[in-house]
Amino acid sequence: MPSPIQYLLPWDFSPTVLLICSLFAITYARGAHLLKRQGIAQAAWRSPAFFAGLGLDYAALQTYFDYLSQHMFWVHRLQHLVLHHVAPVLLVAAAPLEVLRHGSPRWLRDRVLDPVARQVAASGIVRFVQSPFVALLLFVGLIYYWLIPSVHFAAMLDAHRYVLMNWSMAADGILFWWLMLATRRRQGGLAVGYGSRILVLCLAALLQIVLGAYITLHRTVLFDVYGICGRAWQLSPLVDQQLGGLTTWIPAAMMSGVGVIVVLHHLMHDAKPASRGGGAIPAAGESRSAA
Amino acid sequence: MFLPKTDSVPGVFGAIAVLLSALSLAACSRPEPRFSLHDITGLMPRLEFTLTDGDDKAVSAQNFRGKVVLLYFGYTECPDACPTTLATLQHAVRLLGSQAANIRVLFVTVDPQRDTAAVLRRYVSYFGPQFVGLRGDDTALNALTRRYRVAYHREVADANGYYSVDHSNAVFVFDPSGRPRLLADSTAGAKTIASDLSRLLASG
Repeated sequence: MPSPIQYLLPWDFSPTVLLICSLFAITYARGAHLLKRQGIAQAAWRSPAFFAGLGLDYAALQTYFDYLSQHMFWVHRLQHLVLHHVAPVLLVAAAPLEVLRHGSPRWLRDRVLDPVARQVAASGIVRFVQSPFVALLLFVGLIYYWLIPSVHFAAMLDAHRYVLMNWSMAADGILFWWLMLATRRRQGGLAVGYGSRILVLCLAALLQIVLGAYITLHRTVLFDVYGICGRAWQLSPLVDQQLGGLTTWIPAAMMSGVGVIVVLHHLMHDAKPASRGGGAIPAAGESRSAA
Repeated sequence: MFLPKTDSVPGVFGAIAVLLSALSLAACSRPEPRFSLHDITGLMPRLEFTLTDGDDKAVSAQNFRGKVVLLYFGYTECPDACPTTLATLQHAVRLLGSQAANIRVLFVTVDPQRDTAAVLRRYVSYFGPQFVGLRGDDTALNALTRRYRVAYHREVADANGYYSVDHSNAVFVFDPSGRPRLLADSTAGAKTIASDLSRLLASG
């Protein structure tokens, strides 16, 4: 039914999403350009990773994909896989903070960003939220919470709850994967040991497997809102639920595997300090004294 | 360091308990369930639309303020779901007796091409005077389906030009001020619907 252009246009247009995504894209592009002019190199894959992550978030929230997510349980699970796992992993892998900082206008950087960054680094609440086991509880807790059938029912009917649900997934995904994947050097005062990270990633995988398996193997329909409001195309409710359960179960848990590989990679590099120095961009803490 | 500092552990769990209870409170802060159908009070926007009726006259949600309104999407060539649901609603309306005068059932066609004003008028007249057939172009229709998060999907026509339309089976119930209150799915029986409508009429 929809024409090709309708696939790309937002289903529920959100000026907030458009504004935030464009601001980040422009700031990043400017920062990367300025750093390049100063002769400061960063790995060639970082820019594509950043734009892929940002683009995936935008596509998940502001294209026809969002319509399908509202009317098909398994597409909804795929949307959350993107918002909570894949896009944040790409964004964190790009380590974009320093590029974004360079791309921001000088007054914003001096008067707002740097002071806020200092406060965030010293804040007790941030330290609490970004401690490994609280982060794990938030990460897995949000997945479980929005899948409580009554909560899910309300979130799929109420546009405000729906927006809150998707934002909470996108934001928490960035917090969690930053804590799991960023190098200790970049994490500064919030640094988490690599051993703790591997444990947290394994627990996250285990808890998602339990939930995914429960949904997949459940013999009755848990989420009736899709049947009531109509599915995007004809699909048996139980098949839809099983596909959604499998999406929660396998690819989501596999992201923990990806995480463990990245952590092991950091671990090996940190063990050989002599081999470091490839990354020319200093971490936020170091560059402030240099700037 | 595998565990957070021991002294911070009670604080951690205390704060999470507070957070979780706040979340669950937010989810259940609606009043006690007095209805058998899904209570959707506060979840969806007020009834708004501009469509045309079986006489090709423009009608808006304002025309139905003061009545309890049931909103259902379907099409007249629908082989099973629509006639079944409309028959259930017809039965429910009959059970209401004299209260039925304060009920309106809006049947919005998702197939305005085949469902002309005349076709629509004839179709809803089978079900009773409370039933109103409404149609609009795709823009007006999509504004309404999007507002109530309803999906419909027209299948490709066969060799005879016949096509079916997949659509939701939801019946949205609005109180006399146009606020969405209840949601009935295809499992709801006429008695359940009638008793909830009666309660809603009494409370308004």
